[in-house]
Amino acid sequence: MSDTTKLVMIASRGTLDWAYPPFILGSTAAALDMEVEIFFTFYGLELLLKKPKLLVTPIGNPTMPMKMPFGPKWFQKINWPIPNLVTTNVPFFDNIATFLMKKTFKKHGVASIEELRDICIECGVKIIACQMTMDVFGYTKEDFIDGIEFGGAATMLEGAADSTINLFV
Amino acid sequence: MSDIIADQELDCRGMNCPLPILQPPKAIEQLNSGQILKMTATDPGSANDMEAWAKRTGNEIVASEEANGEYTYYVKRK
Repeated sequence: MSDTTKLVMIASRGTLDWAYPPFILGSTAAALDMEVEIFFTFYGLELLLKKPKLLVTPIGNPTMPMKMPFGPKWFQKINWPIPNLVTTNVPFFDNIATFLMKKTFKKHGVASIEELRDICIECGVKIIACQMTMDVFGYTKEDFIDGIEFGGAATMLEGAADSTINLFV
Repeated sequence: MSDIIADQELDCRGMNCPLPILQPPKAIEQLNSGQILKMTATDPGSANDMEAWAKRTGNEIVASEEANGEYTYYVKRK
């Protein structure tokens, strides 16, 4: 079943929250019989590592809810007003925030990044890692998962030229 | 509605977006044209998403129902 609709995305961000859009849209587009290409560049390369260590941070993200994924309902509803002074000074605060977000996702039946990434590859989503940022950040092809391609701006644009949906994440 | 006889059942309860929409393509591939897949989900977003999926893939939702937070779809393979 092929379709002429083609989704091409640039994934440029390497945090846990922003890792979701390219893999959610990529896997869903594939399920909708669309052709999909995702070009991973800059911090987005982190999403292609064999074991990505993705974090989420409330710093510079003032509307990020800080809620507890356990305890009674009224407790879970509280949005904890944690000042920047704390989030920037408490060691490993981002690890705590990441732990809480992962737990909340799991509780709500949301797939992990690795699961969605596996589905994308299984469904034939074309994944391209940006060669230039790989060189700059010191990554080698062996650092990444199997089944991906490598290329530059021209590769991305060649794929995007006949796309119908184009997104920068 | 429930008198429709499904050829295959797919349980997507407890899954959240986009997982419920990623399961039907694999399940429906195992059916022949005209056969019915019964899919059950608890994700309220699945109502619009299943319709969008059916529209894009050409499969037809012949019936759907909602009861006690559970959504059931009967999809006929194209």
